[in-house]
Amino acid sequence: MKPIAHLIATVASVAFATSVIAAPAPATNEAPDVLVKRISADVIDTVKSDKDIQAGNRNKIMDLVNSKILPYVDADKMTAQAAGRFWRQATPEQKKRLSEEFRTLLVYTYSGALSTIKNETVEFKPMRSSPGDTDVEVRSQVNVSRGEPITLNYRLAKDDGGWKIYDINVLGAWLVETYKGTFTAEINKSGIDGLINRLAERNKQLASKPLNTPKK
Amino acid sequence: MKSNKMSTLPRLSGLALAVAACAVLSGCATSANPQDPFEKFNRASFAFNDTVDRVALKPVATGYKNVTPGFVQTGVGNFFGNLSDAWSAVNNLLQGKGEAGMTDVTRVALNSTFGILGLLDIASEAGLQKHNEDFGQTLGYWGVPSGPFLMLPLLGPSTVRDTSALPADRWGDPWKYKDPHNWRNIGSGIRVIDQRAALLDASNLLEEAALDRYEFLRDGYLQRRQSQVYDGNVPRAAAEDDGDEAPTSSSQVVPLPASPAPAEPAAAETPAKTQ
Repeated sequence: MKPIAHLIATVASVAFATSVIAAPAPATNEAPDVLVKRISADVIDTVKSDKDIQAGNRNKIMDLVNSKILPYVDADKMTAQAAGRFWRQATPEQKKRLSEEFRTLLVYTYSGALSTIKNETVEFKPMRSSPGDTDVEVRSQVNVSRGEPITLNYRLAKDDGGWKIYDINVLGAWLVETYKGTFTAEINKSGIDGLINRLAERNKQLASKPLNTPKK
Repeated sequence: MKSNKMSTLPRLSGLALAVAACAVLSGCATSANPQDPFEKFNRASFAFNDTVDRVALKPVATGYKNVTPGFVQTGVGNFFGNLSDAWSAVNNLLQGKGEAGMTDVTRVALNSTFGILGLLDIASEAGLQKHNEDFGQTLGYWGVPSGPFLMLPLLGPSTVRDTSALPADRWGDPWKYKDPHNWRNIGSGIRVIDQRAALLDASNLLEEAALDRYEFLRDGYLQRRQSQVYDGNVPRAAAEDDGDEAPTSSSQVVPLPASPAPAEPAAAETPAKTQ
């Protein structure tokens, strides 16, 4: 409930400070592994306890993803890396659209994955990093009822807004690397706009598809 | 006690190799992708597998998953898991991973006896971690590169190295020696269905996430395979060598974050350093 003037003064001084000092002051001091653990626990607890989500309410799951996970994901960086050398050739408008469509696709996919959670638990491994690192990997595994545990690792990079996730590894495969092949092939075939349209089409398809829920 | 070679699986892998050889010889190396020289063959194989899956395997596996009581599914999974632990043990020891190998040996011993012929996985509950090693990983551990991607008919994704390791894996499969052959074939069939049922969620996810399922599967599989060879600790340099276009992968190679902005003022301030 700060008065507006105070708020403006604070923002201005922060902006001034960050423009003068080479190293920007981070908005949050949360360590990357603490951050991931927190989001992870939060999301899983919500999924397990919310009846609507358990019943397959896609919108609710997507709201959850958008509000609790997306703020900590650097979708632009993910898109840039998946696009590889083509990113430099894209216009700002194309970059924006590509980033949006890719982000939407990831939200749909992640929501689909979340909807299958029944009673799995997540175990975090100790993070190996030095204090000054700006690029770390947080490792965890999902303990499932049958078979070997599913490895789930995250790569985070530190920027002005704190730590952000820019890549995810499931069962040994990094998301960005896996999409890279598809992006490259599609761009070679029909250009960046072709890729954007393809993603948009897929997102429309997913929007109308009913969610698969675990059968009890 | 040896089988009388009635098992169809070695024949099938032999057939797959023969088909692959024919496809290669008939000049399908004109694919656009240098990392996937057998792409035409692989895609054809994938389409075939997909049809078989859609028409036969997936419906049966879905039915199995929905109808069979949970404890039966768990028992089946544990039984075949126990058999594969034996070969994992051998491969762990071949890779010099003594502790992991002995853990697997203990797992088999515990589960086969107190776990009632493997139906109960008490070793996991006792804290003995399950490993998933095969001869292809052993070869990879000792430095054999994976070679190009190969999509085998019916057997699914593989690489040239892992396909050549298949005969060894078949030899190390205890179920192969089960007499009479009726039981063996029924058991093999149940094992396939059980494995497919375990992958149902993952394959549904693949349908949603992938723009091109073949490419997604191939790229994901190759990474996963390498991760398995390194037991989850793929050195970052190795991960990039394994499939990036060499000169232009600047966004992936560098451990620094890919943000040029901070670098530019730094470069402007210290021109002396570049000399």
